[in-house]
Amino acid sequence: MSSKEKAIEVEKVYFSYDHIPVLEDVTFDVEKGDFCIIIGPNGGGKTTLLKLLLGILKPDKGKIRILGEPPHSVKHRLGYLPQYTDLNLSFPVSVMDVALMGRLNRSRFGKRFTDEDREKVEQILKRLGMWEYRYVHIGRLSGGQRQRVFIARAIATEPEILLLDEPTAGVDPEYETGIYEILKELNKDMTIVVITHDIGVISRYARSIACVNRRLVFHEEGQITKEMLEMAYECPVDLIAHGIPHRVLPKH
Amino acid sequence: MNARWISLHTAYPTGYSPSIKEKQTRMWSALQFEFMRNAVLSGVIISILCGIIGTLVVVNRLVFMTGGIAHAAYGGVGLAIYTGMSPFLGASIFSVVTSLVMGVVTLRDKDRADTVIGVLWAVGMATGIIFVDLSRGYNVDLMSYLFGSILSVPKMEILISALFTALVIAGVYFSYKELIAVSYDEEFSYVMGIPVRLLYFLILIFTGLSVVIAMRMVGLILVIALISIPPYIAENYTHSLAQMMVLSCLLGIFFTISGLWISYYFNISPGASIILMSGSGFFISYFLRIFEKR
Repeated sequence: MSSKEKAIEVEKVYFSYDHIPVLEDVTFDVEKGDFCIIIGPNGGGKTTLLKLLLGILKPDKGKIRILGEPPHSVKHRLGYLPQYTDLNLSFPVSVMDVALMGRLNRSRFGKRFTDEDREKVEQILKRLGMWEYRYVHIGRLSGGQRQRVFIARAIATEPEILLLDEPTAGVDPEYETGIYEILKELNKDMTIVVITHDIGVISRYARSIACVNRRLVFHEEGQITKEMLEMAYECPVDLIAHGIPHRVLPKH
Repeated sequence: MNARWISLHTAYPTGYSPSIKEKQTRMWSALQFEFMRNAVLSGVIISILCGIIGTLVVVNRLVFMTGGIAHAAYGGVGLAIYTGMSPFLGASIFSVVTSLVMGVVTLRDKDRADTVIGVLWAVGMATGIIFVDLSRGYNVDLMSYLFGSILSVPKMEILISALFTALVIAGVYFSYKELIAVSYDEEFSYVMGIPVRLLYFLILIFTGLSVVIAMRMVGLILVIALISIPPYIAENYTHSLAQMMVLSCLLGIFFTISGLWISYYFNISPGASIILMSGSGFFISYFLRIFEKR
């Protein structure tokens, strides 16, 4: 192993849904303490890649090591924000209940949640401005509010690696920066991997960038390279469509 | 059909029609009969069981599968009659096996799971019918498995259902937070290290066994209503799974007791009366929901 410890090691990974290739020959490493942003066009395989890292999906070929272990044996040391948070809206569950699910990785079967679990969740919900909604039915929240509850749940796991699939989708701009500021702070203790379409985020927070469009191009210094543009021209299209200044692009 | 009140009805002298008050007096005096007390007791136990299991069935979207398990269990009844086993045991074995098969199929072929459930549903029933055909000189009241026979529930079965219900309550109590998580967000629960598959199959097995026990009361054709209606109504008024379970149990008890009462009063089948009471509750709640959303 190199001088820096690896949080994520992906080696020649292939994955397909019903024989349609989604990821091909994906190889990259994420160092511990990294803030890695994954970009790429819709259908490019970003979410699939994240689920492979979590062990929810298994690769057809290739090797994935998370914290030096196979994904399924360390998944409880990971935090996860899924892409879709609007499933099961009529399910009778409160904001507090959902956020507490993030403590399941450190609570024992047959035991109730502890005061420590509740304090931790309280602290996180307060930071995300959702504490006053703690008794509200999850289905009664707006999409952006629910997103914040799910982010709280992911953070509550106190993971070694936090994997977030489009954390600011549907969130009001006032909380958007707040969420990334929280992530930046958390980044001192943990590795963070974020899928986003928000290119503005890259210039401010990214330490490394992975551009995924069936294949993956990795840049360790957090810049969008010419190679990424050539491979996945939708990336910069997205970028321009959002009206983001071109300063995130290197000169080429 | 032994499930009706014929014997009580004919207890009236010819040409005599009792007043409502007299009937009401008779209503309470009906509780003097042991079979009536048993019916009420077993109705309450089964309502509690169905309230808890039904809540898990509804939030996990397993209603169709539960219907399939209930019908396929008839294959077990047929097999039991053919081999001379207890139909209760036969139905239990069949329903556990079908629930496991359906569980595997659902995980493997998610998109067509409903089709496979439909097939197993019909095949199970057909198997039961053939086995009954093959059993010469059978003298079992098959209608009681189809439509229930709460008025002739043996003491032993009440005891079994009470013990089973206690087991279910204990199981839900100890795995409560895991059950919420798995039912609400399976993927996240998996990442948290919860044995998602194991819990899924446990829910299915317990559902299968509950169906067999509830079959005693309302029959396999109607059992699905008892499992799905109270939780459906309760879901709208509750903010947690525990509240939903408790309200479902209370609603179930109300529907069961009132259904029994109506069946006595109008001399009609208790199983169907219980379901129609539940059905009325369902439609009232359904229209209230639409009304509230406006």
